[in-house]
Amino acid sequence: MSGSARHLYVHLPFCAHRCGYCDFVTATGRDDLHGAYVDALLRELHAEHDGRPVETIFLGGGTPTYTARPELLRLLRALPPTHELTVEANPETVTAELADALGDAGVNRVSLGAQSFQPHLLDVLDRRATPADVERAFARLRAAGFDNLSLDLIYGIPGQTPAHLAADLAHAVALGPEHISAYELEAKPGTRFTIAHGAELERQAEQMEGYFECVVETFTGAGYRWYETANFCRDGKRAEHNLGYWLGRDYLGLGVGAVSTLGGERRRNTPKLARYLRGHCDREIERLDSETRARERVMLGLRLDEPLPVRGLRSALDAAGVARAERLGLAVDSGETLALTRRGRFLGGGVTAAILA
Amino acid sequence: MEQARIRNFSIIAHIDHGKSTLADRILELTDAVSAREMREQLLDSMDLERERGITIKAQAVRVAWKGHELNLIDTPGHVDFTYEVSRSLQACEGALLVVDAAQGIEAQTLANAYLAIENGLEIVPVANKIDLPAADPDSTAVEVADLLGDDPARVLRVSAKTGDGVAAVLDAIVERVPPPAGEPLSPARALVFDSSYDQYRGVVAFVRVVDGTFSSREALRTMATDTRFDAEELGVFSPAMTPVEQLSAGEVGYVVTGLKDVSRLRVGDTLTSVRRPAEHALPGYKDVKPMVFAGLFPTDSDDYPELRDALERLKLNDAALVYEPETSQALGFGFRCGFLGLLHMEIVRERLEREFDLDLLVTAPNVAYKVKERNGEWLEVHNPAEFPPEVEEVEEPYVAASIIVPKEHVGAVMELNNERRGTFGQIEYLSPERVHLTYELPLAEIVLDYYDQLKSRTRGYASFDYDVAGFRPGELVRVDVLVAGEPVDALSLIVHRSFAYDRGRLLVDKLREEIPRQMFDVPIQAAIGSRVIARETVKAKRKDVLAKCYGGDITRKRKLIEKQKAGKKRMKQVGAVEVPQEAFLAVLNIGQGQRS
Repeated sequence: MSGSARHLYVHLPFCAHRCGYCDFVTATGRDDLHGAYVDALLRELHAEHDGRPVETIFLGGGTPTYTARPELLRLLRALPPTHELTVEANPETVTAELADALGDAGVNRVSLGAQSFQPHLLDVLDRRATPADVERAFARLRAAGFDNLSLDLIYGIPGQTPAHLAADLAHAVALGPEHISAYELEAKPGTRFTIAHGAELERQAEQMEGYFECVVETFTGAGYRWYETANFCRDGKRAEHNLGYWLGRDYLGLGVGAVSTLGGERRRNTPKLARYLRGHCDREIERLDSETRARERVMLGLRLDEPLPVRGLRSALDAAGVARAERLGLAVDSGETLALTRRGRFLGGGVTAAILA
Repeated sequence: MEQARIRNFSIIAHIDHGKSTLADRILELTDAVSAREMREQLLDSMDLERERGITIKAQAVRVAWKGHELNLIDTPGHVDFTYEVSRSLQACEGALLVVDAAQGIEAQTLANAYLAIENGLEIVPVANKIDLPAADPDSTAVEVADLLGDDPARVLRVSAKTGDGVAAVLDAIVERVPPPAGEPLSPARALVFDSSYDQYRGVVAFVRVVDGTFSSREALRTMATDTRFDAEELGVFSPAMTPVEQLSAGEVGYVVTGLKDVSRLRVGDTLTSVRRPAEHALPGYKDVKPMVFAGLFPTDSDDYPELRDALERLKLNDAALVYEPETSQALGFGFRCGFLGLLHMEIVRERLEREFDLDLLVTAPNVAYKVKERNGEWLEVHNPAEFPPEVEEVEEPYVAASIIVPKEHVGAVMELNNERRGTFGQIEYLSPERVHLTYELPLAEIVLDYYDQLKSRTRGYASFDYDVAGFRPGELVRVDVLVAGEPVDALSLIVHRSFAYDRGRLLVDKLREEIPRQMFDVPIQAAIGSRVIARETVKAKRKDVLAKCYGGDITRKRKLIEKQKAGKKRMKQVGAVEVPQEAFLAVLNIGQGQRS
């Protein structure tokens, strides 16, 4: 029983089809299993959580909104009370009815996987939504009263040009979401996607530096706050759930392949749907000593725009590395806190590697 | 054996002309070794020699032929060991000059023949490999006879491979080579023509007794270095080491000295008796100085003690090898080593890697320079990093080079030598087809890729030999490579002023390719003193982030960062710049002209 987690992640693996670049635990063609899966989820929820209110809940996938409506609603109603309840949605699944139903079930934030507004790039990604679907989904969610919408974008897509990216960013800004996540496409070596697009992915990797700068400049120029390496928000509407990860908080993950970090332990449920449905979590457990947690705290904390309080973290830091990063104008060490400069944030991974002990 | 029945001789030849095979046949024919013991090319005992077909250390063997005692003194076949060759020749009265009848005279044939003539040896010319379809013994005989001022009819026709004509060679040695002329009753003198180190018995000197008689257990001393020891054992090579009580004038044998340091018993020194010493040393002793230097560094810095031990052990058997510790900021701890020449360097490097299983990083070789500083003092510089930034004068070693090439390639050779700052000496036709060219060249210009270039530009036909010809003034400058303003010691080089810009540009371009982008701009410069002659910049990274990071992949992202961290730790630090060791390797490779 880990009743103390303040953040709850719930994984819904079902999708209409699998997108080539996706590396999450997903399941397609198993629409008959939605009910059994929600049963298994609720069993795990009751075993792992005492029902007390939590700060945030995030339903990720898969395509949570692809889950059979009654099963999705059954799940939503069974969740503990929370301040922020986010559901990931693919634009083509968002009907007016779904939007209303989600609102009625207490969902107060929707994260829309737009990825791009260029039809040919969406094709490359195997995404089914059209740019018009995104527009419609957005309007329907607004009509249903949602005032906290997030848009996911991907850049570095095979075939993408700087002009395509600029158009995507402008389109996103024009829609006016409260929150935007912009990721570079991560093509894992050896996957079919990587093999199919190898040479073009390399070309995109070279472009990526310019893309990242363009993303940050466009969104900050439009009044968004670059509050995390790949995330932007306005009106103070950060993704509170994800903020929990970046602040090093504990979280409970439910569902197939879901990860939890609780106390000194990180554990991953089995990625095998059949095992999970039969009630087995087969958890793979990684012990996290205080030193590892401190290192993670630095790694995650430096992704944020807010200075990282370093009390208790000094042992994880290499003083010479910190001094060097300061000399190079990449970090500022106030004694109490450590923060990356704007340039430092563009080089956040390298700076982190340089200042970790 | 009475002196009149002794013959001491060497075999001299260009590489691959069949010297070792002929030596083997001689041993076989004189029953010095049974067929069962007979391994091909018995005299070359080091693995490396067998593989490369060259003789590195001279050895000696005594054989009997028709009531005579024949001492065959084997010589190293390469230019780096000219001094050792000349000492071996000095121990003889005659020499077999072996020429491949399919190839004719080559550069080392000439060099060795001249050495033998200088040492007053009776030369017995041999046209070898007459069994080959391409052999032309008659033309070869004419070429050789021309060279020696001899009669072509006196050039022996031999196939060392089949044994054809070998008995006639032994007869010719007895007939044509004079017996040793030393004084049997004078105070004892012996020439040390080689030495080797035995783990249990210490240094073993290979000697030719010139005058008098040496007895075992006698107190001896060397006349040039004044090293004293007792002769623990005297003996001859037949071909195994066989102890004898005495070695007398004219004889060739060995002395077990018990010395633990090969450098105390130098080749060319004269051995005499302490009780009844000779008045004058034998002529010709020289303190051989290394001419080519390079830094040797273990690829893995943990191997430094192994490298040190290995060099110590090699040095036991190789008095010409010198080394001193060197610390390079880029390459860590290693040794600056001095070699007689390029082949010597390669042999040492290969033995270190092969016999001692070391993985080595070798800096671009450089020569010794004599430098006159602003204060008027001269110093000798073996390492570009020690070359003073401001100098009055610099002198560099030159060689007298001898190149033999088919006439259609003469233009290519001249072009190469002009590029290498060569000065033309003379041209001479050995035959209507083949030409002998002499040049003076700076040694520095041949230590890089000269030989490879010569071979490739003449389609493999040129043969080349050289002799060190002394120091000459040169317009030489030190080019430093700076990474973010910090000089990288291992990459400094000394070049002729006219090449400085090109070499600097090459180094800078290569480094720019090899140094990974950092979190800041990294200027890379080549400079002579404070004057920058080439410059490039490794532009700073603009992005280095892990795209997204959520609850499900924190562990993986942490591991990525830790891997990045570990990668940084393996880098060499040049100021604030992290440079992978491979970058230095790549640049050193171009410094060495991609020598294979």
